[in-house]
Amino acid sequence: MHVPDGFLDVPTSVGTALVAATGVGLALRGARRELDDRTAPLAGLVAAFVFAAQMLNFPVGAGTSGHLLGGALAAVLVGPWTATLSIAVVLLVQGLLFADGGLTALGTNITLMGLVGVWTGWLVFRGVQSLLPKRVSMVVPAAAVAALVSVPVAALAFTGLYAVGGQAPIPLDRLATAMLGWHTLIGLGEAAITGLVVSAVVAVRPDLVHGARRVLATRKLVVVGRDRDDDQVAA
Amino acid sequence: MRRVSTRALVVTGLLITLVLAGVVSFYASSHPDGLNHVAEKVGFSGTAQPHASDGSPLSGYATRGVSDQRLSRGVAGVVGVVVVGLLFGGLTWALRRRRSDERASAATVLDTTETGAPERERDGSSAVARERDGSTSMGR
Repeated sequence: MHVPDGFLDVPTSVGTALVAATGVGLALRGARRELDDRTAPLAGLVAAFVFAAQMLNFPVGAGTSGHLLGGALAAVLVGPWTATLSIAVVLLVQGLLFADGGLTALGTNITLMGLVGVWTGWLVFRGVQSLLPKRVSMVVPAAAVAALVSVPVAALAFTGLYAVGGQAPIPLDRLATAMLGWHTLIGLGEAAITGLVVSAVVAVRPDLVHGARRVLATRKLVVVGRDRDDDQVAA
Repeated sequence: MRRVSTRALVVTGLLITLVLAGVVSFYASSHPDGLNHVAEKVGFSGTAQPHASDGSPLSGYATRGVSDQRLSRGVAGVVGVVVVGLLFGGLTWALRRRRSDERASAATVLDTTETGAPERERDGSSAVARERDGSTSMGR
């Protein structure tokens, strides 16, 4: 979903650049709360993985392909603020080094994938998680649903931006339908990859998964009580 | 499944990532992605302008000067993974809360709450609190 230069007019691109800059600024502060000595190495890996996964276009039929956006994945693994930063860095490198995603559209792309994609993914994840049993294993389906929803929502956000500042006079209803249709299919791939990766990390190190913190907290307490039986009795 | 160390997780993940970018990426679909496909069908792909970085050494995920396509894309992918990993790894490393900060804040928590256990339950940070305890009581 990398928007090239020229799809959106200058005012809209300036607007999205301001939104993106504000979002990244807030994320620089917010990420401090998510990152510590334990989780920082995973964050670097997640950004590198998202870059790699975005090279892996999978076919979605009729001469079209899609690739992981990675917003929901990163948000669940390392937290939404860190995820926003990671997607922004991936997009910056892609734009500067690989000519993927226009440079004047960098703000648009960060807005769509780093803000809309990440935060839709995170909010849906939290919503689904609150409906499911409070178990660590439930992090995986919640992440998959979040990933599925995040892609068409980001596609709709693009449609909204095009309605404001698109450079070609096109029927917006057709644009919305086409964007939504294709990106729901791509969302299925997004859900599959996200579910796979999250389940792999949850299997070996659930304590590093940001989205598992809430459900782990209660379980860990039991362990703490057992470990420190003497302390607890004495207290 | 067996718990692995953070180092083992990151090293394994990085190897998988490098293989994905360096090898598997060659087999990726070359069809236009959802947005570009829609742009063609709905009829606004024509307004796209050439990229400012077109012609740069790695533009289009191809390495200039490497004629073998498999190698060309693989090198570009590996370079991208390394650049992103270093950039973002450095950024997160700079932003992270240091363990010394945590020790200080853990000490404050213990000072103010005596036993600590009920407080931890309320703020839900028991996992972190436990590790803090571990690191402080490990007798540094």
